[in-house]
Amino acid sequence: MAKSTHKNQLAPGISRLSRSAVFSKRAAYKLPKRTPAAPAETAPATEYKPYIKNDLIDALTPQAAKLSNTVVTTPKAVHKAQRTPKLRSSITPGTVLILLAGRFRGRRVVFLKQLKSGMLLVTGPYKLNGVPLRRVNQAYVIATTTKVDVSGTNVSDITDEYFKRESQPKLKGTEAEFFGEQAQKKEHPAQKIADQKKVDQAIVAAVAKVPFLASYLASSFSLSKGEAPHKLKF
Amino acid sequence: MSQMGSFKRLVEVGRVVLITRGSDAGKIATIVDIVDHNRAIVDGPTTSVARQQISFKDVVLTDLVVKRLPRDVSAKVLAKYLEKQQVVEAWQKTAWAKKLEARKRRANMTDFDRFKLMRLRKQQRSVVDRQVALLKKERA
Repeated sequence: MAKSTHKNQLAPGISRLSRSAVFSKRAAYKLPKRTPAAPAETAPATEYKPYIKNDLIDALTPQAAKLSNTVVTTPKAVHKAQRTPKLRSSITPGTVLILLAGRFRGRRVVFLKQLKSGMLLVTGPYKLNGVPLRRVNQAYVIATTTKVDVSGTNVSDITDEYFKRESQPKLKGTEAEFFGEQAQKKEHPAQKIADQKKVDQAIVAAVAKVPFLASYLASSFSLSKGEAPHKLKF
Repeated sequence: MSQMGSFKRLVEVGRVVLITRGSDAGKIATIVDIVDHNRAIVDGPTTSVARQQISFKDVVLTDLVVKRLPRDVSAKVLAKYLEKQQVVEAWQKTAWAKKLEARKRRANMTDFDRFKLMRLRKQQRSVVDRQVALLKKERA
């Protein structure tokens, strides 16, 4: 490698001093702190600069283009289609799933259907193990071979939109807001409570018909000594 | 059994072996001929083991022997001997075979099966432990 002639460089492009060494050498910590300038309100439109004679440009450009002598950039349209991810073949409506992540990890739940976004719609049922109607990612579940009869329940009206959050007024974060008299206690919407009951009703009835199944769903999964998940059959 | 010294199981024609490796692992077969000190020819017409040379490293000798089996008999004849002496049934009755079977069944249990087993064992325990405690009290 050629030796650099520059005194501050070991080799071309490689500084003799590290970034922090330069910082202390310059005594930059003594300098007043620079605050980054606020970004301009709107990005200035790129001005179209003709590189040939103006009168020739005038003659060639259409009238409309002449009026707005600027080029406005627009983002490219996306042509990729958003397809629903493939559902694992071991997961069919009624399959008991073991959740592996999140607040309900370890719980055994019943799979209802795959939503358009690819998320799985599951329910505890709520009455048995406290897991409500919920969306989960199929990567974070273990599919068991146990099935629950879900033919008696209808979930066609539950979509991804159903789980959208309602926008709330922004709070200032004062104490009065949290502990004062006007502190609003968030309540679960009555509609959702009713939906949960409606969906679970038939499932709970079907579960009750199979011995041990209700307590199986109520229990949570864990590995015990000597058990390797890749060697277990689910 | 005069020829048996300190060894209880000998490599001999008619000796029933358990295959421990390969696609036939877990099946039993019978030695029909001995090739050399490393290999024998085994056959298992009633246990779906094809006639083959097999290394002694890949088998375990069992206590069972097909009695009065001539050397190098055909699969058909061997099947008759096995049937007559009820060898497969005798194998299934051994504690060894039962243990292997139990291990297999346990490995094939699903998550729900394991849960049910746990619950049933709990029930059994509560009954047995109570009776044991009562008996202990009586004897004390």
